[in-house]
Amino acid sequence: MSSIKPKHQRLVLVSLALVAIIAAGLLAAWALRTQADYFYLPNEMMDEPPEVGRAVRLGGMVAEGSIERLPDGVTVAFVVTDQADARVPVRYAGILPDLFVENSGVVAEGSLGADGVFVADNLLAKHDENYVPRELKEMAEHQGASGPQQTVVGYE
Amino acid sequence: MHGFANPTRFLKLARWLTPLLLVSGMVLVAGSLWWGLFHVPPDRLMGETVRILFIHVPSAWLGMGGWSAIAISSLAYLVWKHPLAAVAARAAAVPGMVFTAVCLATGSIWGRPTWGTWWEWDGRLTSMLVLLFLYFGYIALSQAVAREGVSPKIAAIFGLVGAINIPIINRSVVWWNSLHQPASITIGKSAIDPAFLTPLLIAVLGFSLLFGGVVLARMRALLAQTQAEARLRRMALEAA
Repeated sequence: MSSIKPKHQRLVLVSLALVAIIAAGLLAAWALRTQADYFYLPNEMMDEPPEVGRAVRLGGMVAEGSIERLPDGVTVAFVVTDQADARVPVRYAGILPDLFVENSGVVAEGSLGADGVFVADNLLAKHDENYVPRELKEMAEHQGASGPQQTVVGYE
Repeated sequence: MHGFANPTRFLKLARWLTPLLLVSGMVLVAGSLWWGLFHVPPDRLMGETVRILFIHVPSAWLGMGGWSAIAISSLAYLVWKHPLAAVAARAAAVPGMVFTAVCLATGSIWGRPTWGTWWEWDGRLTSMLVLLFLYFGYIALSQAVAREGVSPKIAAIFGLVGAINIPIINRSVVWWNSLHQPASITIGKSAIDPAFLTPLLIAVLGFSLLFGGVVLARMRALLAQTQAEARLRRMALEAA
């Protein structure tokens, strides 16, 4: 051991310290894994529903053809879905974000009602990772990125 | 790498590399921003808001790149004791902090029309804010170290430990459900249309060159400061 150069000894020590730091970071991230989730997915909300009235967030896609304006003129009803085909009905009265369209991501802040309908008091639109110019929207239609017809009408 | 640890050789190289990086970076940044702000078509959903991408993405990349530079320099300082590595780490901190702040500010401005909120405590936004606070801490610590004249080892350890936040920022949108969208550009493929991608990549390159130029200029200034202080001390001794 006495033949090891101090330079190499420091390299080994620093490497060991780095491994320990990374392991600690990964453990912390793993322990946080669900607490740090920003919202419930629809299937999580159906499997383990939060208490009625507790403030939570629900995130997913707005199901196609589900947006419906109720007769009072301000309330909108729609369904939030995910890849697992879980569906949670949502009711929201208020101003809709510009990017709120069918087949697009949404995060609803509110609470689950006793009747299983999620009552939102705030809606956030979630943008996906696709960036497509407006002129190319027909191509986006083929890629199934979104329902461009409504999105463009909704934007303009 | 060891060759450039020699300050004389480094200064000779930095003398012509600094203006080269600064000027080429400025040209590329000006060109790509002019392209991105005036000549790129509006996005299908975001409309004109998409233009903030050309500042936001390079800032995010350099905010994280700045800390990676601090971490690598700190490692080189701790293991090989290159004094220049400590100077490089100190020089990268302020531009890294500025880019992190720009990234948070532009993201917030983009988030208001797109998401409908200025700020949310989701994984990506929170971990990026933590990075900004780490920069504050690192800069305060390295300045105190320089002022007190103690070994920069403690700042180097802080730089290494803080690096754990970088993979957390990168993975935050994968590990946790987040409001921030997942990565658009992954190795070998991109979800960004070429109309946006080309000016974006030029902007990233331009801002990176600018960042490199600023780091070199700051390293030269820090070395000159050390030299001037040593000379003053010598003169004071001779006068006494």
